[in-house]
Amino acid sequence: MKADLVIIGGGPAGLAAAIEAYENGVESILVLERDRELGGILQQCIHNGFGLHRFKEELTGPEYAERFIENMKEKNIEYKLDTMVLDVTEEKLVTAVNTADGLIQIAAKAVVLAMGCLERTRGAINIPGTRASGVFTAGTAQRYVNMEGYMVGKDVVIVGSGDIGLVMARRMKLEGANVHAVVELMPYSGGLARNIVQCLNDYDIPLLLSHTVTEVRGKERVEEIVIQKVDEAMNLIPGTEQTIQCDTLLLSVGLIPENELSKKANIVLNPLTNGPDVNESMETSVPGIFACGNVVHVHDLVDWVTEESCRAGRSAARYVKETLKSGTGSLNTVPSSGVRYVVPQYIEPENIDTNKLTLMFRTDSVYENARIVLMNNGEKIKTVKKRHMAPAEMESIVLKEKDLAKMSRGEVTVKIEVEEAVRS
Amino acid sequence: MKVHEFTCITCPIGCGLEVTEVTKPEGTTYQVDGNTCKRGEKYAIDELTNPLRMVTTTVQIEGAHLRRIPVKTLEPIPKGEIMACMTELNDVVLEAPVDCGEVIVASVCGTEVPMVTTRSIERV
Repeated sequence: MKADLVIIGGGPAGLAAAIEAYENGVESILVLERDRELGGILQQCIHNGFGLHRFKEELTGPEYAERFIENMKEKNIEYKLDTMVLDVTEEKLVTAVNTADGLIQIAAKAVVLAMGCLERTRGAINIPGTRASGVFTAGTAQRYVNMEGYMVGKDVVIVGSGDIGLVMARRMKLEGANVHAVVELMPYSGGLARNIVQCLNDYDIPLLLSHTVTEVRGKERVEEIVIQKVDEAMNLIPGTEQTIQCDTLLLSVGLIPENELSKKANIVLNPLTNGPDVNESMETSVPGIFACGNVVHVHDLVDWVTEESCRAGRSAARYVKETLKSGTGSLNTVPSSGVRYVVPQYIEPENIDTNKLTLMFRTDSVYENARIVLMNNGEKIKTVKKRHMAPAEMESIVLKEKDLAKMSRGEVTVKIEVEEAVRS
Repeated sequence: MKVHEFTCITCPIGCGLEVTEVTKPEGTTYQVDGNTCKRGEKYAIDELTNPLRMVTTTVQIEGAHLRRIPVKTLEPIPKGEIMACMTELNDVVLEAPVDCGEVIVASVCGTEVPMVTTRSIERV
């Protein structure tokens, strides 16, 4: 088979990339999705709060997904469900398998990687104890409860206070479970204030900061867990052990971009994001292979996934039409003090067709009354004041044409400067 | 005089709000402190006098590839009605196919707020 553009993944990233590529003149598009329907993880995120930026209204996950699915179907963009991609090569040969077609190979002119991310599991954080059943990642439990119709437990403890953990705390409570606590290793929550209020405070669910789970007990099924306080250096404080009787432990302890296929295509991955290095066009180190969404870096809002994926789709269309300049460009971004990572990693100003480029990044800590400072080869290009920044909320700084005009070949550094007088 | 505490959720800053409720013969007044914008003041008074929440949950569906279909209240309902709303939905069973936005309960818990589906689903 042949296609101008193959998109791997039919979640929010793949859907937006497909629609945008089509609108930019590519008609031969094939979207490959391993699940039995399009929409990705949005289909299990039944709570609302999606689309405030994109659509200026508050949608639930399935509603947000459906807008894109309908749009794609109206355009008759081809897709295959229940289809697992096994391999992608640097030459953009995609190998996939499903029960209808068997093994298929598609020679693509361009590829968009939109595989999303995976949840970290119990093994990733090494929780000691028995291997009793009843330990789930929060997202798996979410799928069971919200789509498949299985209640995962009656007495629940949640580890990790990221948004998925908080949303699942409320969800389990609404479905009749006792949620004993949300346990968070850090001294602050990894979730939005809105979710602390509406998912925990509304239901009197305690949030135990600076605590971790040290043991799972139970023979067949989880019977109890042991939690313990940690000090500032994250060491366990002896004598602070508490046991909680429960039958279920949900883990919301982080997400990892899923890049097994990217590795097969010899794409350069970034150790800070665990996703591919990309340029301003969302193109990876392999010309003609683009990436967008959570496979590049984990987002907290789907609205930004859509925006980034539209850029990838538009760029893939330009690549197919041979109007894109591939490569690492003349500028490379560097995270400096207070900044964990910056996406994109490379910039070719010639490719920027919208007069501006948004650099996305995450801070390493909570900052109040700080400044985002953008430097080019040691020279200050612009400064943006921010009242509040936190690792849980992705930050951005926009490079306008006039900013780019001031820059010369070399490094673009993003850093955080804290004002001297900090408001208490 | 009573003081109530809230965390503002209108933006990511999450200001700690204090509402002082003063009851006088001519009516009750509210003094909001800790807010850094107008929205915070409104949020605090609403949270104290009439807290509202959207309810998003699922109901049973038959004849579809899934056993549950997501639903939501079309408007926020009083916070105190959330669990009653959940109980009311326990008996609802839909039959595929269903469109997104179909009304499944016209007035949930006597609030005059309808409950609607939030996805469409085909018959299998």
